Amino acid sequence: MSAMSATSARGPLIDVRDLERTFDVRRRVEGRRRRVRDSVLAVHDLTFSIDAGEMVGYIGPNGAGKSTTIKMLTGILVPTGGQVRVAGLDPSRDRVELARRIGVVFGQRSTLWWDLPLRDSFELLQKMYRISRARYRDNLERFVDLLDLGDQLDTPVRQLSLGQRMRGDITAALLHDPEVLYLDEPTIGLDVVSKGRLREFLRALNDERGTTLVLTTHDLQDIEALCDRVIVIDHGTSVYDGSLTGLHAEGGSSRTLVVDLVDEAPPILVPGATVRRVDGPRQWLSFPADASAAPIVAAVAASYDVADLSIQEPDIEDVIRELYSRPEGRPPADQR
Amino acid sequence: MAEPGPAPHLRTYLQIASLWIRAAWQYPTSFVLLAVGNGLITGLDFVGLWIMFAHLEDLDGFTLPEVALLYGSASLALAVADTAIGSVERIGTYIRTGRLDQMMTKPVPLLLQVCADQFTLRRLGRLTQASIVFGWACTYVDWTPTRVLVAVSMLVSGGLVFFGLFVGFSCVQFWTTDATEFANAFTYGGATITQYPLTIFPREVLVGLTFVIPIAFVNWYPCLFLLGRADPAGMPEAFQLASPVAGVLTMAAALLVWRSGVRHYTSTGS
Repeated sequence: MSAMSATSARGPLIDVRDLERTFDVRRRVEGRRRRVRDSVLAVHDLTFSIDAGEMVGYIGPNGAGKSTTIKMLTGILVPTGGQVRVAGLDPSRDRVELARRIGVVFGQRSTLWWDLPLRDSFELLQKMYRISRARYRDNLERFVDLLDLGDQLDTPVRQLSLGQRMRGDITAALLHDPEVLYLDEPTIGLDVVSKGRLREFLRALNDERGTTLVLTTHDLQDIEALCDRVIVIDHGTSVYDGSLTGLHAEGGSSRTLVVDLVDEAPPILVPGATVRRVDGPRQWLSFPADASAAPIVAAVAASYDVADLSIQEPDIEDVIRELYSRPEGRPPADQR
Repeated sequence: MAEPGPAPHLRTYLQIASLWIRAAWQYPTSFVLLAVGNGLITGLDFVGLWIMFAHLEDLDGFTLPEVALLYGSASLALAVADTAIGSVERIGTYIRTGRLDQMMTKPVPLLLQVCADQFTLRRLGRLTQASIVFGWACTYVDWTPTRVLVAVSMLVSGGLVFFGLFVGFSCVQFWTTDATEFANAFTYGGATITQYPLTIFPREVLVGLTFVIPIAFVNWYPCLFLLGRADPAGMPEAFQLASPVAGVLTMAAALLVWRSGVRHYTSTGS
């Protein structure tokens, strides 16, 4: 892990400044013979940095610029403006060198050889990355054990289940001990058990090896289970960067106190909370996520006959939806 | 880490290629049938020439063995290039399916990965057929040490010219993702033209195949030298020995286009 401490001494592992990427899009316009050329800003004014060992969720709606960012971080796309550094390298210029130090898993596409056993794909990767025999054997043994792939090593990939294949792809991305692992929708299409096992594995990887994880996902449970930090991107630029708890506050999210009264009653009146819904003896009171529930519970219990109480944590999906719909998060419509 | 020389690259190429061969062997019947079919189809090409000569004494002053030399050398160069790097013409598909993105995250030069991908020995059919025709035509050549040297350099340079054309024209797909046919017009199309003595075409064709797309250097000029013939089109005699120059230039130009294509690459959504 000496390479890693060297990079952290020089600054963050991933450093993105004023990053921008435009795409030329040709568009048909009615009444014109030629198609009109438009320039679309896929990513703009994007700045963030990630330290070695962090686990970061990179989230946003479809078309927000998530994949475009990941492609610039891995050197697949050349930025049209701004700066990216990963492990001190310029990804698009030093792409091949950087490839040795990162791992990438595209959830919906496999790097494995469809008709051949997993083992064959792994052995080719060993040669491509020039992984020493001993290190390869150690890593393979470890990942196969952790990911429970032992019985599948000699099965052709086409006969594996989606979950097994995904675990195979993750092993393939980790054999060379990358410093950063980019995961694009790693749990898409997996069943609950497979998802849970995969998250457990990723957490252990980060704990034991200090591997930095950058995760793009639609599954917010992935984020809740794994990420201490969330970057939310919308319309090509970051609209939130911070802790998951902070995201709740930022999104103006609220917790809900569900009160079951002994008898039906008019809406409860207590300071600091408002009634959202009444259904017979049951009432839903919402209060700010960062406020304490204790005084509200006490106030309710003091004035009403309460049969039961429960608190619902805010739904992160609502929080993010709230963030997306904010007008100030968007670039001016005519920005080109 | 120091930039590795060509030897490790060649090794990686062979490792990728051998994995693809093993994958193809999972379906041995299909593999054999395709290889035989490939050989038969390309073989028919030459049968066509044969039939033509059954009705003609010569073609613009060239006898059947002489035309066979032209045909064999061009086919052989094309077959070598096609076997080694033919996958490059599929780059549009790789772009659409996102496979290119995956290759770009591997620590091996992209061009090498693209060329080695889906390597198939099926193309050996064409290689075998071209070798047989070329070998037969060679028995009619009046060999001298210089001619042997020119023949060897012709095959190597011819391979380079086709490498360059395959790579160069495939790069068009970085800009418009579905242009395989456009590339084929120049590679396979060019190879078809050079199966005939170039003097049967209008002079403009010869000029174009000399200065624009240098396919005439693959076989026409060096074959004139091997046959000891004066150039019927009156081009400079030095051209007959200039194949290596054409090969290196085409290759260099193609690599430049490739690099620019990769930098222009815009990937696909998701």
